Amino acid sequence: MVGKSEPSTNGAAAAKSPDLLTSYFSFRALKLKTKQQELLIRVSILCLVYVLAFATRLFSVLRYESMIHEFDPYFNYRTTLFLTEKGFYEFWNWFDSESWYPLGRIIGGTLYPGLMVTAAAMYWGLRFLRFAVHIREVCVLTAPFFASNTTVLAYFFGKEIWDTGAGLVAAALIAICPGYISRSVAGSYDNEGVAIFALLLTFYLFVKAVNTGSLAWGLASALGYFYMVSAWGGYVFIINLIPLYVLVLLITGRYSMRLYVAYNCMYILGMLLAMQIRFVGFQHVQSGEHMAAMGVFFLMQVFYFLDWLKHLLSDAKLFQAFLRMTVTSAVGVGAVALGVGTASGYISPWTGRFYSLLDPTYAKDHIPIIASVSEHQPTAWSSFMFDFQILLFLFPAGLYFCFKRLSDATIFIVMYGLTSMYFAGVMVRLILVATPAVCLISAIAVSATIKNLTLLLRAKTKAPQSVSGKGGSSGKASSKQGSLDQSQPFQKNGATALLFGAFYLLSKYVTHCTWVTSEAYSSPSIVLAARGAHGNRVIFDDYREAYFWLRQNTPPDAKVMSWWDYGYQITAMGNRTVIVDNNTWNNTHIATVGRAMSSYEDEAYEIMKSLDVDYVLVVFGGVTGYSSDDINKFLWMVRIGGGVFPVIKEPDYLVNGEYRVDKGAAPKMLNCLMYKLSYYRFGELTTEYGKPPGYDRARGVEIGNKDIKLEYLEEAFTTSNWIVRIYKVKPPNNRW
Amino acid sequence: METPLRLRAAVPFSIFAALLFILPSCSAQDIQVVNAERRIDLTSHIVKVFLTLKVENTGASPASEILLAFPPTQVDHLAVVKAQVAIGKRKKKTYILLDVNPKELPDAPNGTKYLSISLLNPLAAGEAVTLEVLYMLTHSLEPFPVEISQSEPQLVYYRDSALILSPYHIKQQITFVKTPTTKVESFTVVDPTHRAGTELKYGPYNDRPPYSYSPMIVHFENNSPFAVVEELVREVEISHWGSLQITEQYKLAHAGARHKGVFSRVEYQSRPGYSGVSSFRHLLARLPPRVHSVYYRDEIGNISSSRLRLGTLKSELEIEPRYPLFGGWKATFVIGYGLPLEDFLFESPDGRRYLNFSYGCPLVETVVDKLTIKVVLPEGSKGPSAVVPFPVNQYLEKKFSYLDVVGRTVVVLEKKNVVPEHNIPFQVYYHFNPIFMLAEPLMLTSVFFLLFVTWVAYLHMDLSLRK
Repeated sequence: MVGKSEPSTNGAAAAKSPDLLTSYFSFRALKLKTKQQELLIRVSILCLVYVLAFATRLFSVLRYESMIHEFDPYFNYRTTLFLTEKGFYEFWNWFDSESWYPLGRIIGGTLYPGLMVTAAAMYWGLRFLRFAVHIREVCVLTAPFFASNTTVLAYFFGKEIWDTGAGLVAAALIAICPGYISRSVAGSYDNEGVAIFALLLTFYLFVKAVNTGSLAWGLASALGYFYMVSAWGGYVFIINLIPLYVLVLLITGRYSMRLYVAYNCMYILGMLLAMQIRFVGFQHVQSGEHMAAMGVFFLMQVFYFLDWLKHLLSDAKLFQAFLRMTVTSAVGVGAVALGVGTASGYISPWTGRFYSLLDPTYAKDHIPIIASVSEHQPTAWSSFMFDFQILLFLFPAGLYFCFKRLSDATIFIVMYGLTSMYFAGVMVRLILVATPAVCLISAIAVSATIKNLTLLLRAKTKAPQSVSGKGGSSGKASSKQGSLDQSQPFQKNGATALLFGAFYLLSKYVTHCTWVTSEAYSSPSIVLAARGAHGNRVIFDDYREAYFWLRQNTPPDAKVMSWWDYGYQITAMGNRTVIVDNNTWNNTHIATVGRAMSSYEDEAYEIMKSLDVDYVLVVFGGVTGYSSDDINKFLWMVRIGGGVFPVIKEPDYLVNGEYRVDKGAAPKMLNCLMYKLSYYRFGELTTEYGKPPGYDRARGVEIGNKDIKLEYLEEAFTTSNWIVRIYKVKPPNNRW
Repeated sequence: METPLRLRAAVPFSIFAALLFILPSCSAQDIQVVNAERRIDLTSHIVKVFLTLKVENTGASPASEILLAFPPTQVDHLAVVKAQVAIGKRKKKTYILLDVNPKELPDAPNGTKYLSISLLNPLAAGEAVTLEVLYMLTHSLEPFPVEISQSEPQLVYYRDSALILSPYHIKQQITFVKTPTTKVESFTVVDPTHRAGTELKYGPYNDRPPYSYSPMIVHFENNSPFAVVEELVREVEISHWGSLQITEQYKLAHAGARHKGVFSRVEYQSRPGYSGVSSFRHLLARLPPRVHSVYYRDEIGNISSSRLRLGTLKSELEIEPRYPLFGGWKATFVIGYGLPLEDFLFESPDGRRYLNFSYGCPLVETVVDKLTIKVVLPEGSKGPSAVVPFPVNQYLEKKFSYLDVVGRTVVVLEKKNVVPEHNIPFQVYYHFNPIFMLAEPLMLTSVFFLLFVTWVAYLHMDLSLRK
């Protein structure tokens, strides 16, 4: 019901915001009460946008249910549950023996606690106010709630860098931007949901601090930074972007006392605060990724010192000589310190993930485990278009406006926009980081264009030349209108047409965003839905079926081996110990599992026995045609396994470089553990009418090995649509 | 069964014993059973026994109670005992339920336990009366073999005595045992014993002295779903705003022969009649009519396989656990629904309100090992008291729900070994002043009012230091 009315509200709100914008300008002509009226309109637009941002993220709750989505959120949910049940200190000291068997995982020291603490605080707050909510509902709605807060923040940020109009447009744009919605729909309980808010908060407060030179804002931005560090590993972006920004300001001669105060306060306090997060620890002074910030910090001091000297030394020549000396020695000392630090191992080198950001091909060659994750792939053009739509065209226009009116704040947003766009191009998931910048810059374009056009329309009695001046700055309109300078009526018509064009584009944006949200980003991926033969909705709830079976019908200390994708879900929903999970911190361990999956059964049995495995879980889509199953992921297992254990060779599983499962498949492929477990007794099943038994619907072929015998494992459970299959590892045979 | 019975029995029993039965052993001698017929129904996992006794008083003094004897192993599994007597002639025959209470006798042989049936009118010397007794036994079918594989049917043992255990002399008796199918592996023969179709006939036996016992075992196939709810917590929350919210937390288990080895989905799917015959995947819950907002979920989310049929007399909710339940497998889930308040809450003449709700488990043909009913009264209600037609363990709790300040009183009623026969209404009486209904809305409005007032005050204040 609500879902149906959704698009209309979307349309109304987005159409309203420019509409109200015009009225806001009209009210300016009135006196006295206009300010209040304007405030009222502004507040009501913001409130509408706030509600809209929340409501548009509820598709998944209405379509499916209030549940946690995907993979990582299950870990976050499980830890939040632990936090609310056992308290903060227990959580901080939690050694989790249920994952990474037999290694275990120190949870408190290896996670960003910001999200869990936030959700738990909200939960406790609501409980204190006697709202008997369940922690799951709090977790499910955390991301939409923070997305709503982000829209307010976008308004203030827009106001800070441009004007209130741009702020309102930015709030409206970011509220429904698919790039952000993709990670903040209800149920997507992941670090990013909170972190984008924290990221924008830090940036906003820092820009505010730079603009005002106030220590209080600097402190606030340090606190914002602390929150960001506690919430997401993406804080590295902040700690590199802000120094870069400061450096650019220094180079462009925009150095000021305001900047000095803002950066020093933010860096020092932010660094000290960030050290309180155990996962981050001393990285701010020890890791290569954080050295740029420190370098800029020292550079800043040198700059200040020189400024002071310049003030003292009246002789310009003497100062020049001194400048040369200090700069060379400072750079020299810095370089030597960095060199010594790196050589002695005090400063750690850049991590693989960081490298793969700078060089998109790095992961593919060196770290298959990073390359195997689909969200780490370089971004395709289509996904840019999918996630930004018209913003992609408005972005350059906005950049143009920013360059037209350069200030400390616009320089910041330009830099944020350009760097994050680069990173978005490197990795799909980083589109998320670019989204606020793209929305803000596009908002500047929209706001400035519409403002200019409406001014043109409203300027009835003004002289033509003043109009042409205004018209000239109105982006795309300027070139067309240049020739129409003299004839006002045409100009007005043109402006009207362009305004309608802008509204048309914006309303298209709204429909696109709604469509993308409802079609692409609102699926929990735990429950799969398909259309049945009669158009009815068919639900495949196999994952939960299997996990619940594990939870209820296996010994509580059973160890489950599966590919690492399902680790978090098994521990959270199945409540059983797993060998590897989505926190891919130990490559060797994952490679061991990959090796077991790609070995023959007897070899795999030895590996499984050494890991104390009781159950093996595989995901199989051959019956339903579900394509992201283990057989399709199998080559990554081979690659990751082979990366550590050279016994496993990728060519053994391929035929002429081709990956197949039918009769023509490689013999090793047909007899490896993963193949056997996926297709065990599948050959007896007719999946599709008119096809031979054993027809794999996910790959569209008849399988090559129908006579599969298991010697060391036995089928323990298979879900109703065969998506999850669980096997029990048999105890060793009696020797007599 | 034992604890609640003992609880209720504690007070009346001593008085009864003192007043009426000064010489119980004597009266036992004076009564004899002329004719006894027993029908044991083994078709489901709840064993139902219908016993018809024609009792005659041969003594001199009138007898006002008849004793039933049970071996100690059966008493623990005894869920329900009902006794009734027919009154009137053929056409105007009506049945009247009789009180049944546990009773202890000093010289019970081999730990025999007794239940006494209090007759309506004392049985005068030389008179006879026909009693009809129904009792149900749970967990009395013992699977053998204890573990079966997917393709095997479930075989169970039923142990009893071929002769009716009784403290009285029985002149003539006969026992019929009904099995679900004709597949009976073996049965003890106590001559004369006949088998015809699904029925085993023991007897007739003539002139058996008191406490005659002859062990009998029937080994037969029983594939009916052995659905046992190990623990059920039903929470009934009363809101005087017009609805009754019920939340039921189930811990369901298949109590039959444990599943062994492989579970093969391909066989389960392709040969439903042959593979996994003792497993079950559907359960039927009978809910009251006009039920609304029904949900069916578990710890990890909604379970999408359920169907609800609404009717004017009853609603039926067909639920399917996430996976078929084989022997020894478990599933936990929650069923919740709302009901209109006017169907269940009434005002008694003395101004108190009472909830009239059905005890027992809505699932059809299931045994509940431990049933806890929690009636959450609205905030501000006083003096709760419960009236339950059978003995239960009672106590009070506090619960905090939405916007509660002092908390709600919860009346907790616990009972062990519950069968569908316990689905009879119980009442919870309490005092409630309707003014408390307004507490929460008033609280909310005042909070918002205060919020706006402080905001207005803040806007009119000038806190800046410089003037």
